[in-house]
Amino acid sequence: MLDGRGSINRRLGARLWLSGIWLGIMAALALFAPMVSPHDPLAQDLFAGRLPPFWMSGSDPAYVLGTDSLGRDVLSRLFHGAQIAFSVALVAGLATALVGSLLGLLAGYMRGWVDIVISRLVDIWMAFPPVLFAILLIAVLGTGLTSIIIAIIVIDWTRFCRVVRAEAMNQSAMDYVASAVVAGRPRRDILWREILPNVLPTIVALLTLEMGIAVIVEAILSFVNLSISTDAPTWGGMIAEGRTSIHQAWWVLAFPLGVLFLTVLSFSQFGEGLKDRFDPVLR
Amino acid sequence: MKLLRAILVRLATMSVTLIGAAVVVFFVIRVVPGNPIAMMLPPGASEEDVARLTAHYGLDKTIFQQFGIWLSGVFQGDFGTSISLRQPVMPLVLGRLPATLELAIFALVIAVVIGGALALTGVRHRETRTETAVDVANGVGLSIPDFLWALILIVLFGVLMPIFHISGRISPSLELPFVTQFYVFESLFRLRFDLWWDLLKHMFMPALALAIPLAAIISQLLKQSLKETMHLDYVTLSRTMGYSENHVILSEALPNAVLPTLTLIGVQFTFLIGGTVIIERLFSYEGLGNMAIDAVINRDLPLIQGIVIVFALLFTIINLVVDMTYALLNPRLRHA
Repeated sequence: MLDGRGSINRRLGARLWLSGIWLGIMAALALFAPMVSPHDPLAQDLFAGRLPPFWMSGSDPAYVLGTDSLGRDVLSRLFHGAQIAFSVALVAGLATALVGSLLGLLAGYMRGWVDIVISRLVDIWMAFPPVLFAILLIAVLGTGLTSIIIAIIVIDWTRFCRVVRAEAMNQSAMDYVASAVVAGRPRRDILWREILPNVLPTIVALLTLEMGIAVIVEAILSFVNLSISTDAPTWGGMIAEGRTSIHQAWWVLAFPLGVLFLTVLSFSQFGEGLKDRFDPVLR
Repeated sequence: MKLLRAILVRLATMSVTLIGAAVVVFFVIRVVPGNPIAMMLPPGASEEDVARLTAHYGLDKTIFQQFGIWLSGVFQGDFGTSISLRQPVMPLVLGRLPATLELAIFALVIAVVIGGALALTGVRHRETRTETAVDVANGVGLSIPDFLWALILIVLFGVLMPIFHISGRISPSLELPFVTQFYVFESLFRLRFDLWWDLLKHMFMPALALAIPLAAIISQLLKQSLKETMHLDYVTLSRTMGYSENHVILSEALPNAVLPTLTLIGVQFTFLIGGTVIIERLFSYEGLGNMAIDAVINRDLPLIQGIVIVFALLFTIINLVVDMTYALLNPRLRHA
């Protein structure tokens, strides 16, 4: 039994480490993208279009991962794409967590009509298919990064709200809350000082998962050309461009796809790992 | 009687949700900046042309008048006229719906087969490396959304091993004898297996992409409930009676472990249908989702409304069917 627990812990540890390292590298690249990029991500060189990556014949050592059909450097576009992806992930993730958790805390702690109104709202929200909802919102808000971030908040706050509401309800039923009530602490005080700190680990784990979702949403919207301008180096835009020339230049699609895959996988594994780490039963 | 009342309550909530969705969609869309009329006309059209066309589509009335006209039309099955395609919305939407339904159902079948097989393999070889492999596969399948699986499949099978088609619903060179839009069912019905095979070869990639995340969810839950059932006394009893492990899992444990998975499949099926929107786009599949994205890009308000309402209706119907199936299958609810 002890051995089983030990191996579970090791597996969890490796998962957290590996995904954490990848996310750290990508975040650093995103932060220093203008400094580490060998080329201007927007600079076109029509004479150097569709150059293959460095290990294939006909490649140019100046373009390590090759170029797309307009002769733009794939590696530099990947780095700048990371910048856009991580900015959206961070801002959209935090804002969604804030809105959803706040409503969830109120519903779970106040109960009564507040709970009824918020829960009914969540039900109606979940009736819409997320992708369709996102496209609809972008049509309303117009394209651009701000619209994407707003769309993510508007669609995904329910994700936090449902979980945090349940968690707040659990915590409210605990003895420490009852004793705080008996001690005559004001309700607002109990909510912020007693319940919130105990719900926070759940929120952090959900936030990591949400950042992965934000990266995907940004990629999907730039793929269907509803994000920022088509020139901008987004991973989704690179994938869309690569999809059209897949038979001539597979690397234009494969590299952003690989990076996107690992990033989304890491966000999700990191979040799941945190969730298990915070889970008192597993710990 | 309790069951009947539960169904009636469900139907009432359903209609409230649907009407709510209709109202929200109608008014939200009207905030859209950008003039759909301007996009329809060629450059150099006169002011009069714009005004005439605006009046033709009823866009010169107040928003509440427009809503009244639209709502009374909806109750007569008239969803208005698409601005970009210049055809009535309802036939357009209904013409595309079968393609999407066939894709979604095919994906569901694949998900159940893969998920079920993975779960049974994991339980048959529990506490071995095989189970760990199943767990890892589930974890990866769950972490990556259908959009990325679709792209990975396009790279793998479109370029490296071009066995399956990665674009369209059917080879354009084929002559189609179909009278309905349910091509897969109709080709079987007409015994045209050549067409049927061509359709499946087109559907397989998008359906698999949609199926992988769902297969992982099914596998995870089914494996867990199977493992719990395997510890129950009646399972131990049948094992001591000398039945083989395969028989014990398939005939004794599975029937009792499958119920929670069935409910989950129902809920997840609605998410899968939502996923078809982007997947159809990726594979240029001529379904409702692909049309939805075009409608948004063209700011085709009546068409967007029609599609969203049809999706919402589909979701509520599926939820209702799931609830009723669950009530019928679960003896505790059936006899309540």
